[in-house]
Parts: sequence; C-alpha cells; structure tokens
Amino acid sequence: MKDLIYLKNVASLHMDIARCTGCGMCREVCPHDVFVMNGKTAAIARRDACMECGACSRNCPAGALSVSAGVGCAAAVLNGLLGRSGGECCCGPAEDGGKTGCC
Amino acid sequence: MTENKYSLELPVLGGGLESPDAGGVVVLPSLNQPFVTGEMRTPVGTVPRIAAELAGRDRLGTLKARLGVNRANYKVEPGLYALGRPDETSPVLASANYKTSFDCLRRSLAGRDAWILVLDTKGINVWCAAGKGTFGTNELVYRIEAGGLKKVVAHRRIIVPQLAAPGVAAHTVKILSGFRVHYGPVRADDLPAYLDAGLAASRDMRRVSFGLPDRAILIPIELAGAAKIFFLASLAALLLAGLLGPAGLAANLFHDGLFAVAALGLGLLAGAVLHPLLLPWLPGRAFSQKGATAGLIVVLGLLYARGVDLSILPGKLEALAWLLIVPAVAAFLAMNFTGCSTYTSPAGVKKEMRLALPLEISAAALGSVLWIAALFTA
Repeated sequence: MKDLIYLKNVASLHMDIARCTGCGMCREVCPHDVFVMNGKTAAIARRDACMECGACSRNCPAGALSVSAGVGCAAAVLNGLLGRSGGECCCGPAEDGGKTGCC
Repeated sequence: MTENKYSLELPVLGGGLESPDAGGVVVLPSLNQPFVTGEMRTPVGTVPRIAAELAGRDRLGTLKARLGVNRANYKVEPGLYALGRPDETSPVLASANYKTSFDCLRRSLAGRDAWILVLDTKGINVWCAAGKGTFGTNELVYRIEAGGLKKVVAHRRIIVPQLAAPGVAAHTVKILSGFRVHYGPVRADDLPAYLDAGLAASRDMRRVSFGLPDRAILIPIELAGAAKIFFLASLAALLLAGLLGPAGLAANLFHDGLFAVAALGLGLLAGAVLHPLLLPWLPGRAFSQKGATAGLIVVLGLLYARGVDLSILPGKLEALAWLLIVPAVAAFLAMNFTGCSTYTSPAGVKKEMRLALPLEISAAALGSVLWIAALFTA
C-alpha cells in the first residue's frame, strides 16, 4: 500500500554534510527510508517521512545528524500540558505496547 | 568440547542463579518461570532453556495484554536464555522484556539454536523502550557483561532489533563491550531470512509499515482506554436527559437519554474503530481531521435515522449539538491514536494539537450547552 505521510515541513531532522563519512548507518536504521546514499555521503531524500525517532542521529558515528527526537504521541503532549510527568502515553508504564505489532 | 561445555539438564530446578566462577558478576535469569522448558550448562552457569513453540498460556497472555489486562506487568526476567541447543558459534539476539516481544522473537526462530539476551525494559516493547532509552546503550552493555556473553560465545556479534536504534548507539556498544551490533529486521518474521542471508536485511525488511492488521490489532486497547470516560459521559447524559427532558423520567431516558448514549457510542466507534481501520483513506493528514470526518459521517447517519425535525427549534438545537459533539469526540480519540501510529513525528503532533485541541474542547462544550438547551425548549 502507499506510504502514509504525516504533516509536511515539520521534521527537525538536520544533516551536516561536511561531517558525513558515508558509512550508511543512518540508512540502515531509518524505519522510513528517509536517506539515500549520494556518492560518498548520505543525503536526506524524504524529509516529510521522518518521524523524528532519533535512530539515525543516535547511530551516526560522525555526529553529522541531529533531530529533536521523541515520541509523536498526543497523550504524552497532553500530559505535559497538564503538568503530569510523561510515561502515560501509549508507551508508558501503565499502558505500553502502543507501537504497532508485537515487537 | 561443545558437548561438555554446553550440556542440557532436565527437568527444571531452582531459580535465580549466580555463577560462582564469574565472581558474582554474572546474573542469570530464574529457571522458575512458566515458559522455561529446561536448563543449559554454560561456562558462566546454568541458563534457562526456552522453546520456540508458544504454549496456550503464552497465547492467552498476549491476548490479555492486547486487551489491556495486566499489560504493564507482562514481563520476563532479564538476562541470557538458550533457545534450542545453542553453542559458542550460535547467534545472540537481544530482546525487550515485554513478554509479547520475547514470545514474538522466539516464535520466529523455530528450528534454530540461538542465545536470547533479554534487556530490562520494564516490561515495555522494543520501540517504545528505545524511545525512552530503557532499551539503550548502557542497558545493552550491562546485559552483555551480566550475561557473561564473552565466555558463552566465541564471536563478538549481537543482533539487535532495528527498532531499538533510537536508544542504542552501535558504535558506542562496540567500544564499551567489544560486541558489534548488527541491526536485525523490523519484523521478527523476517529473522530467518535475515539470518540465512548472513545478517543482511533487504530494504523492505528495514521499513516500518502500518497496514490494516497492524492498525486493527490496536483497536481493543483504544476502546479499553476510552471505556471509563465513555461510561461516565453516558451516565451524565442519562441523568441530564431524565431530569431535564420534556416528558416523564422513563420516557426522557428512553427518548433522549439512550439516544445520547448511542450518539456518544458512535463517536467512540468513529474515533477508536473507524479511524484506525480507514486511516489511509480518510481525508487530510492530521489525525484529528481524519477522526472528525469519520465522526461527521456517522452523526449524519444517526440524525437521519432519528428523523430529527429541523423545522422546530429543539430539533435544530439537538441536531447542531450532535453535529458538534460527535466529530469532536471522534477527533480527540483519533488524535490520541498518534501515540500508536508508526509514522507521526512529535513536531507534527504538537502542531496538530495546537489547532485541534482548542477546537475539540470548544465544540464539545458548545454542543453540550446546545443539547441541554434542546431539552429545555422541547
């Protein structure tokens, strides 16, 4: 089926191309195929598909990627607004397992 | 030499062993867990042995967790487990300690021998735990040490689910533990193909999908989450209709009260059932917009079925009230579904909520006032 794309032009993903060593790790860990290899470096090809999970920046050995990572979860944002500490979202201790499927 | 280094021992005995020859540093999981089928001697001590086949009890446990029963406490003990009859050359796979994640992993490895290293993710699944950092670099390095992995296997490779990558820095794990992280496929079902290809995943195995089955399986937990507030709202609606309605108590309850409960139920249906099922086809990108659309469709159907008389004031007020309330309820529930989706970004969710949340609250509040006004004018 077609790719589901959320709101456009919001993702905070940033790449410092000068630092990229072209190891390809970002492409490997990205669950939404945001990156392509462009010659000797990686490049952001599908920015609007980025869900800001932070896998790429965490696994970039060169520190070329930055993203303000988090879970895209309304309940978590609501709890933040209400001053409750996080963890009550689908991923919280009370109710985990939100993210799809069994794993 | 594998034969005496790694020997099987049946039946299950005792629990919570610490290896004496590892100086108490090695901590092995208890053998006294219902899914443990045996035990296995390793250079670091006795490790619980597990099977790939799930028992009826495991399936029942997963079903209950999906329905929200005991989900927060559906855990396995962290540490090293032996699946089948692994030796020092067998692959090591990391798992979360949410029992459903663990079961999903072992089920996919039927007919294979492997070591399973379970991290303490507080009973949370891989992706969510990685987002929180509990499935993280430090925990992984700690479990590699505490499981005595360097003595159990001769290689230095560990297969970590790709969805753990938000929490695990592979290059740091290598420096701290000596083990190279190989990111496995997103779905455990692809593990046999990944292993047979020599730890290589196709592009497709690396992508997260959010297909109909993925969405449908989340419906029970959505309904369970909304059940309490739905019950309270229904109770309030019945009370108000019974007391404020134009006729006697029983007639009011039947004519206005039960209708209100039905309308609220349809809002719940639109937001927590129709929205997940119809996600790709509902218009817009924002979940609240998709949910509001689903709510609008069902409320139009409901008002038509009721045959609301739009020529009189109470009819107009009532129709308008439900046209506001039902889409607002559905939009709010749909918005909450962002937490379960596999593609919404936090920046996007915040942007959506800044606009949607005030609209949802005002629509629901205005709708409630109009509904009460309709009861008074009837």
